[in-house]
Amino acid sequence: MSLTELSITELHSRLARREVSALEVARAHLDRIEALDPMTVRAMLTVTRDHAERQARAADARLTAGETAPLLGIPVVLKDVLTTRGIRTTAGSKILERFVPLEDGTITQRLAEAGTIMLGKSNMDEFAMGSSTENSSFFPTRNPWDLDRVPGGSSGGSAAAVGAEFAPFSLGTDTGGSIRQPGALCGVIGFKPTYGRVSRYGLIAFASSLDQIGPFTRTVEDCALVMNAIAGHDPCDSTSLQAPVPDYTAALQKEPSLKGVRLALPREYFDVEGMEPGVEAAVKAAINQLESLGAELGEVSLPHTRYGLATYYLIAPAECSANLARYDGVKYSLSIREPGAGLWDVYERSRGEGFGREVKRRVILGTYALSSGYYDAYYLKAQKVRTLIKQDFDSVFEHYDAVVGPTSPTVAFPIGAKTQDPLAMYLNDLFTIPTSLAGLPGISVPAGLSNGLPVGLQIIGKALDESGVLRIAHAFEQSTHWHTLRSPIAQMDAATARSA
Amino acid sequence: MTITRAEVAHVARLARLGLSDDEMDRLASELDHILDAMQELRQLDTSAIPPTAQVIPLQNVMREDVARPSYPAEEILQNAPVAHDGQFLVPPVLE
Amino acid sequence: MISATPVSPSTPTAAKYEAVIGLECHVQLATHSKMFCGCPSDYSGAPPNTHVCPVCLGMPGVLPVINRTAVEYTLLTGLALNADIPEATKFDRKNYPYPDLVKGYQISQYDLPLVKGGWIEITVEGQTRRIHLERVHLEEDTGKLTHVSGGSLVDFNRSGVPLMEMVSQPDLRTATEAREYLRKLRTILRTLGVSGADMEKGQLRCDVNVSLRPVGQAKLGTKVEVKNLNSFRSVQRSLEYEIVRQAAALDAGETIPQETRGWVEERGVTVTQRSKEEAHDYRYFPEPDLPPIFVSADWVSTLRSRLPELPDAKRDRYIATFGLGTADASALSIDQWAARLFEDTVAAGADPKKAANWIQNDVSRLHDETSSDGHTLDAAHLAELLRLVDDGVIGISAARQVLPSVYQSGRSPRTLVDELGLAQVSDSSALEASVREVLAANPAPVADYHSGKLTAINFLKGQVMKATRGKANPAVAEDLLKKLLDE
Repeated sequence: MSLTELSITELHSRLARREVSALEVARAHLDRIEALDPMTVRAMLTVTRDHAERQARAADARLTAGETAPLLGIPVVLKDVLTTRGIRTTAGSKILERFVPLEDGTITQRLAEAGTIMLGKSNMDEFAMGSSTENSSFFPTRNPWDLDRVPGGSSGGSAAAVGAEFAPFSLGTDTGGSIRQPGALCGVIGFKPTYGRVSRYGLIAFASSLDQIGPFTRTVEDCALVMNAIAGHDPCDSTSLQAPVPDYTAALQKEPSLKGVRLALPREYFDVEGMEPGVEAAVKAAINQLESLGAELGEVSLPHTRYGLATYYLIAPAECSANLARYDGVKYSLSIREPGAGLWDVYERSRGEGFGREVKRRVILGTYALSSGYYDAYYLKAQKVRTLIKQDFDSVFEHYDAVVGPTSPTVAFPIGAKTQDPLAMYLNDLFTIPTSLAGLPGISVPAGLSNGLPVGLQIIGKALDESGVLRIAHAFEQSTHWHTLRSPIAQMDAATARSA
Repeated sequence: MTITRAEVAHVARLARLGLSDDEMDRLASELDHILDAMQELRQLDTSAIPPTAQVIPLQNVMREDVARPSYPAEEILQNAPVAHDGQFLVPPVLE
Repeated sequence: MISATPVSPSTPTAAKYEAVIGLECHVQLATHSKMFCGCPSDYSGAPPNTHVCPVCLGMPGVLPVINRTAVEYTLLTGLALNADIPEATKFDRKNYPYPDLVKGYQISQYDLPLVKGGWIEITVEGQTRRIHLERVHLEEDTGKLTHVSGGSLVDFNRSGVPLMEMVSQPDLRTATEAREYLRKLRTILRTLGVSGADMEKGQLRCDVNVSLRPVGQAKLGTKVEVKNLNSFRSVQRSLEYEIVRQAAALDAGETIPQETRGWVEERGVTVTQRSKEEAHDYRYFPEPDLPPIFVSADWVSTLRSRLPELPDAKRDRYIATFGLGTADASALSIDQWAARLFEDTVAAGADPKKAANWIQNDVSRLHDETSSDGHTLDAAHLAELLRLVDDGVIGISAARQVLPSVYQSGRSPRTLVDELGLAQVSDSSALEASVREVLAANPAPVADYHSGKLTAINFLKGQVMKATRGKANPAVAEDLLKKLLDE
């Protein structure tokens, strides 16, 4: 088996036994990216070979000294929305095309300290706004299952990278579904933790009350290992939670039994207009599988689900309009200065040209929603409906351990299919948005195929019950084979590709 | 409701976002469409509901007043589009 | 060009109108670190952009963390101002684009400020009035823009420094009151130790707003805001100017446009500032990166127990304990340096009223002239000087003469008096010879005296002082003259 097919746990065991060095592992992945990425998925914006090899050598020294930390020597790809010191970080935007951060974000730092090897920064929808990675200022990323289709977004590059086996894990960010939805579309695990569980310091902000960093992996166990490394309080993030971090791997049981686990099926997440029948069928089959493992199912209602999109598309743009005000061409972002231009010309030109369509749309929408005379009707109203949405979940969680349903209403759609109608694009996040609004942890696990394309099962837990969610996901994974399916690109051999 | 180009222009000005006439027209109609879809929020009686300012119940998160060294000026100016004499340079406001 | 003659509010024109004045002050807090990051907040003398980090530069990915001391300093200020301290408070984003505002929004407070209400008592011409505040809130300062030819330079050392915004109600009525309000405020802030409150160093910035209305009218006139004030004096002068300007305009039947004007120090006038676009729409919303603050009763009582003696309490104590009048007690209590010296001088045995008098006049003048030299007057020395006068060893004018030397050299008054030979001659027998000479040399005034014009003794006394080169003890000289004249 080639090194790039291996999971984190598998790589770790080889590294720990010194069967292979961290440098070899790093190179294997870097070579694969070099050979395949530009011609296939185009997941990467920046490949950091020198940096990776340096880190690999350091990891090797630690391994030789006898260290056995679980992520030591493991390669990772970071969504280009996470700041990396000395390595340009673009947030997928032309306005930051040349920006080089002065410091690593907290999570980047934690992963580096854990001994991981950063292979590069991945492509994304600009400023994390989008569900297809078509909004990247640079180029669209393609789905490793079908290169004519989107990988989902906004963390399309990170999802595709894991789906194409460029790295055993990657980090993405999720604001309304931007980890879970691309995870589902690319056939990998994507996990959004409870809001506040993982530090946001170093995460280029889109919507401050919604953004969270989370992992893409190919196994649930790998996901738990990554969560162990990144979860936890950060004094640099005032919204990060003090709650102690358990060992998430302890939640994974050997026996895939869900006896005693009560799972809620929200009626608003099924038989919805726009939902593909193949997706619905796969998810229902997955839920039957959960039942066969001993879970008790119950139909519930999350009655305010249908208001989720409107609520999200008022709150997120409002916050983003403020978060993006700093890109003014004064301190570090694109600055277009025509001769004779005044101060405001610089602002307007730089932002007008530096931001793409979707970003401009949301900045205008958000500014409007907050503007004088409209604040109560739009922003404030949305924040109140948000409370109702959260209360829906709170009621359900009084009687259930988790909510299950589809991650996305469709499988990966063709590139360009939804770019003309923003509202159609927004519908991709129908099932993921409420979880974000309520700040709850949610995972998407591979749950089958529809027309040969991956379908994701979403499992939503109570606040801070990452363990519960991982336990259910793990049981499902262990009793099915979906996680073993490899995308066509994953199956491509770097050597063959190079000689082709 | 109908959002006019003038309204988009006003909002764009608040955000200091340069838009062409075409862009403004397009955004006016898109905004219209999106805000229409949001009217449904009106159906909900939220008079007794508090807004979620924060989804996690935290309060009094503060740090001790301890100074630590700042970054060197060269690094602070590293990404500056235009710098002069250790400061960031911007053009004047033109009336 | 209207001349900048200071006009008292009692001139005919201004007396038709009542000035309604409010002050908005921004106070830099004397914390070690900035409001939301650990950069050192005292940037005085530092080269540009050397007190900056990614957080106060507003770089992508950064997050703010509240400085607890800044919050406590604001709460202490509220307590010192007798204000309400609400339990629930939070920060909000105030959105507007400007090059000195790194994030394009300022983290400030909108509807739930840390402090609400409050008041400051001021004493002007013997009258004490309460000036109420609307609120005090906490926010971060912006960078500094310096205009050069071809643009502006931006220095972010100041970006993120904690700032208290203190808004008064429009209770002030005269320029003098405004100045007293600021002086009192400054003393309170310095007594608390929350700010140096030095306007010249930019630690205290002040904008005024002033409107005029016919005396007796309840409705307020149009408010004009004045900015660019660098000292208490310019606050006072600009208000005096504005009141005259607006009164003249109203008399001429003009309407006062609501506007912002800038004070031009060199010319002593306010001028219309280039119309700054439309009024800002700040689009306030609660700061999602910062959880709210709950100010518990325990926290408040702990802070209250930390309050030092404030000016009003000091004033009252001076009246009760030392028998000072209200005006003297107020004046001393506002001036920390003077209050300290006063108490120490009294402790060293001086009479309070005399000490108060000397400190507010001669010593104060000296202090103002030489304060930058780092000299201080030893209270024991001042007490000694006053005793020398009381004991008749020196006259008042000699005391005034020796004071600067005591101040600068730090040597005892007695030593300097002896060295300079300033001791009064109080011994009658020593003076007798001079007095006899004067009487002999001035037969006409002597005759006047003897014929009933008793005031002629003053001239003779003057002559004795002249003859003794000021050294004669005037009282002793007078007694001696009378005795010899009556012989």
